[in-house]
This record gives sequence, structure tokens and C-alpha cells, in this order.
Amino acid sequence: MNSNNKSVIEIKDLIRTFTIGDIAVHALRGISLNVNEREFVAIMGASGSGKSTLMNLIGCLDVPTSGEYYLDGLTVNNLTPNEFATIRNQKIGFVFQNFNLLARTTAVENVELPLLYDRGNRVKNPRQAALDALGRVGLSDRIDHEPNQLSGGQQQRLAIARALVNRPAIILADEPTGNLDSRTSIEVMALFQELNNQGITIILVTHEQEIAEYSKRVIMMRDGSIIDDHLIKNRQNARDDLESLPKDDLPITQVETQ
Amino acid sequence: MKIVRNLLKAAFKSLAKNRMRSLLTSLGIIIGVSAVVVMVAIGNGSQQRIQNEINSLGTNLLMVMPGSTSSVGTRLGAGSSPGFKFSDIEKLQKGLIYIEAVSPVVRSSGQIIGGSGNWSTSIYGVSNDYFGIRGWEIESGDFFTDKDVASKRKVAVLGKTVADELFENMDPIGQKIRIRNIPFTVVGVLKSKGQAGMGQDQDDVVMAPSTTVLYRLKGGQYIDMINASAISVEAMDAAEAELTEELRTIRGIKKGDDDDFMIRSQAEIMEMVTSTTETMTLLLAAIAAVSLVVGGIGIMNIMLVSVTERTREIGIRLSIGARASDIMIQFLTEAIVLSLIGGILGIALSAGVVAILNEFTSFTAVMNPEIIAISFVFSGAVGIFFGFYPARKAAALNPIDALRYE
Repeated sequence: MNSNNKSVIEIKDLIRTFTIGDIAVHALRGISLNVNEREFVAIMGASGSGKSTLMNLIGCLDVPTSGEYYLDGLTVNNLTPNEFATIRNQKIGFVFQNFNLLARTTAVENVELPLLYDRGNRVKNPRQAALDALGRVGLSDRIDHEPNQLSGGQQQRLAIARALVNRPAIILADEPTGNLDSRTSIEVMALFQELNNQGITIILVTHEQEIAEYSKRVIMMRDGSIIDDHLIKNRQNARDDLESLPKDDLPITQVETQ
Repeated sequence: MKIVRNLLKAAFKSLAKNRMRSLLTSLGIIIGVSAVVVMVAIGNGSQQRIQNEINSLGTNLLMVMPGSTSSVGTRLGAGSSPGFKFSDIEKLQKGLIYIEAVSPVVRSSGQIIGGSGNWSTSIYGVSNDYFGIRGWEIESGDFFTDKDVASKRKVAVLGKTVADELFENMDPIGQKIRIRNIPFTVVGVLKSKGQAGMGQDQDDVVMAPSTTVLYRLKGGQYIDMINASAISVEAMDAAEAELTEELRTIRGIKKGDDDDFMIRSQAEIMEMVTSTTETMTLLLAAIAAVSLVVGGIGIMNIMLVSVTERTREIGIRLSIGARASDIMIQFLTEAIVLSLIGGILGIALSAGVVAILNEFTSFTAVMNPEIIAISFVFSGAVGIFFGFYPARKAAALNPIDALRYE
């Protein structure tokens, strides 16, 4: 497990074409990509560049038109919808831009949810696992709060806890800071960095350069192709950045300058 | 088991989020179920009442009447063949296995004078067995005996109405009455049976030995009717067949010729009346069932709204590993829980309505466990039937589109 070379995601010549009416839209034009264990990858690109489509394919929410995809040693081509559901349940943790938590449902129940769909019953005590996951994201004192009683940052941390609870091979975050102010964004990135340091592989989609700076590797996309793929040399430490920010009045001014 | 518990928990929780809406949706089922149960209860009640009334005429009863006869190819109407003789009765009383008792019935009517007034009523000439066959009980005094019949004694047993009319403040036993100027001694008064199914007063009657009535009052030689009782309700058909066979022999009917008498059994009368009430009950229940279907459509409507409202929730569940079947079962469970709650409340409501009907109106309503069980199961079936389409719609959602839904 300590090897940095073990491949989690292996994609070969992935093509995704949508047909809208008579027009074929080429969202992905032959993507090949390798992501190893413990990597922290940021996918960047303008809207329409195909980064969300790629994310959906990696997340087994969508099926490619052609190409090969191996996830954590499993071949993910030609699976049934139920097999896709099982992979989403056991191998992938999703974090969304708009949190996507169940309303009027407590934090701990939200986190427990993926375990209720675990047909393998890998976790003997879902409640305890959910409490542990909430502890890892620092929400131990909010377990009985409902999403509308939590701040945006807390909601996103709750979503991250839900993504963690089924011990996935990879966490996929689609614009996780898109709805957050700068300071909270950095807080969330600090959490991602911590989790990555603990050995969790993370892929996030963002269009903010500053956010991408916290990752280890940046992939640039344009028009359905990868145009750049490089490692970050001077990686930013979100925890340090957070401490360098003045604490008191910052949230307000940050919100205003957005 | 764990899965079922989780499903039910989730269903109750999501229904509790919209308490008012859930209640109003169930209301359709509540009304439908209680309408069905109450209608069937009313039907059962009146059927039971009619059955009791018919049973009060005597159970296991077989009535034999003269039938039609034909004279040189011309068929004459019912009752045109001659009546029966006392010797026929004697033959019937011996050697028939399925027949318990046989009594002649000689019918007459007339003005009765006695006690403090006079009264016009029916007079039945019968044997002692008649009281047992028709289920009469004595209130005071005694029935007349076989000996009285054999010796044509002028004794009479009064029906309650006649006794009350003639002897208002007197004990009628031992008193003399005159039937068409022939004096009779009152030996007993019958217990009241009340009205018969068709409304006539069964207690407005005087019973006297058949021989006395035939020879002293009516004249002639034929008995109008024979009443017989079978040994049990199960043996009714056998008794009827046996009776037919014996009567054909007695009356010398050739093989292949039609019977010149008719046998009516209590069961036939009962069947006729109950089939009428059953049809009524069925009709009422069918009308009530329509409201149950309307209630089901209400559930479908709300479930469709709920699926649209919760598209994003469905997307979330799909993205974290729920299968289409999980989503399907989740929504189906909600629909079933909704309709079963309606079913339970509907049954409770109908119990209340039945109690009120019995207490404050002339309706007799009887709840039976079967219809409760059936309507409960049926309301569940309504949930499955009308929940299926919305649930399938939910399960067919694509996770990406569902997550993007605003």
C-alpha cells in the first residue's frame, strides 16, 4: 500500500460523444490518463472543455462511447448499471460543488447513507463509522445538526465525511470550493491536503488557479483533450496560508471582494 | 430484516416531512376503505337479520303443496291436483330415514269469539309435530297431544296476538272460545315469533288438531299442505329426494310423468332472499370500491409530485451507490405505507361508523373479520398498483441529470 506507483486510474483513449438532435458533440476526444495511488490531481479547464464529462466517466456515473478504463485494478468497461452502482458505492467518494446533502436529515445520517447501500456489509457498525468520518473532518460536535443549520464550509466538510465513510479508492471533487468564500475554500483545501497526506487519492475539478496550487499535479483540458499535465513544484500548504490570513474581519471582506 | 427496517424507517421519515400532505393523500384511501367496510357491514347486517327471520319459521323445513295436474293434455295451474290424505301422512311418518317429523297443515280462517271480544284470524289444523317442525315454543299451558288429534278434540293453542286480543287481562288457559260457533278449549299460548320476513304477523294464528279443523270446521277430505323437517340442514337435499320418491309412490305417479306436487325447502327461500341481499351488498361495495380507486389515483398523483420534487435526492442516492431497484423499492415502500396507513385508519373509522349506525339508526351493520382483512390487503395492493408507475419513473432517472436538476 505504500508504493507510489500503484495505478488507481488507468484510462486509454477515452472518447465520449453526445448526440443532441442530429449534431454530434465531441465532449472527450481520446483521453489517456494514469493516476497513481496517493496522488492529488487538479483538473483545470474552461467550461465546455470536457472536465466534468471526464469526471462523470471516472466516477462511473456515465459510460464512454469508446475507450478503456481500469479503476483500482477493475475493468470498468461494459458493466451493468448495478455493477456501476456497486463501484460507486465501494470505490468512489463524491464531493459536489453544491454539497448535495439530504435536507432535513441529520449530519450523521447523511454520512451513514452510503453504508446503507453497501450490499457487501463491509462495515459492521455504520453509525460508528459515520461518527469516525465526522471526527476526521472536525464535525464531531455537529452530528445531530441538519444541513440548513450548518455553514457552507461545514456542509462541504460533511459531504467530504460522506465521501470518506465507505473507504473509497479515490475521492472525486467537482468544484468543491465553487460555492465557498476564499477563506472557507482554503479550509476545505487544507482538509483535502490532510486526507491526501493520510494516503487518500484525490482528483478535483476546479477553474481557480489558486485552488489548483494546493494539489500535486495539474491537468489542463481544452476542447475535450488534455493540453498540459504537470507536477506542482512549489506546492502551497493550505494550513500555513490559513494562519497567515488575518482572522477577524476577513470573511466579510473576502465575500465582498468576490 | 435490517433492509426492511431501514426501508420502513426511511419511508416513515420522508412521509413525516410532509405530514399534512401525507394525511390528505391517505384520506382518499381512508374514505374508500371505510366506505367498502361499512357498505359490506350493512349488507351483512341485513342479510343476517333476514336469515334470522327465516330461521324463525323453522329450520330444516320442507313444505309440500299440491302441484299442477293435467287433464287430457291440458295442464292446469298450481294447486289443481288434489291435496293429501291423513293416510299419506301416516305412510310418510314411517320408514323415511332423512325425515324427522311430518305434520299435516289444514288451513282455514274465521271469526273467533271468546274472552272479552272477537277477532278474525287464520286457523291452522296441525299435529303435535308441527310445533317442533316450525320451531314454536309454548309460553303458558301446553301444546295439544297426538291423542287430542286422534280423537278430534276441540282444543286450541293461541298465537300471542290472538291471546292478547281476546284475553287482555285474563289467563286464557282453560277458557272457552268459539270458532265459527264451535266451542274450543284453550290449552296453551305460543311464545311470540314476531313478524316474518315479508311483514306478516306470525303470532296472529290459532292452532287446533288437524282432524278437528278438517272434519268439524272446514269440511272436505284433503289436507292443504304437508310440513316436514329433515334430520339436519345437510340432509335437506336427501330428505327432499326421499320425500319426492315416497309421495310419487303414494300418489301412484307413473315413471316419466311429472310430479303433481311441489316441495319448497327453507333453504330455497333463504337462497332466494339472501341472493337478493348479496347482490345489493355487492353493488354497494362496488360503488364504494370506486372511491378506493380514486384514493389510489390520489396516491399516484402525490407520488409523482414527490418524485419530481426529490429528483436531486434520487441523484444523490444514485451517486453514492444506490441501485435503480433501491430507488424503486424506496418509493414503492412509501406508496404502500401511505395506503396501508389509510387502510388502518379507514378500518378504524368504519368501526366507529358501524357503532353509530347500530346505536342510532334502524340499520343493522355487522363487521366481519374477512372484509377487514380483505380491505387491508386491498389497500396495500392499491399502494403497489398506483405506486408502481411513480417508483419506476424515479428508478429510471439518470444520475447525472438527476444531480443537475434544479
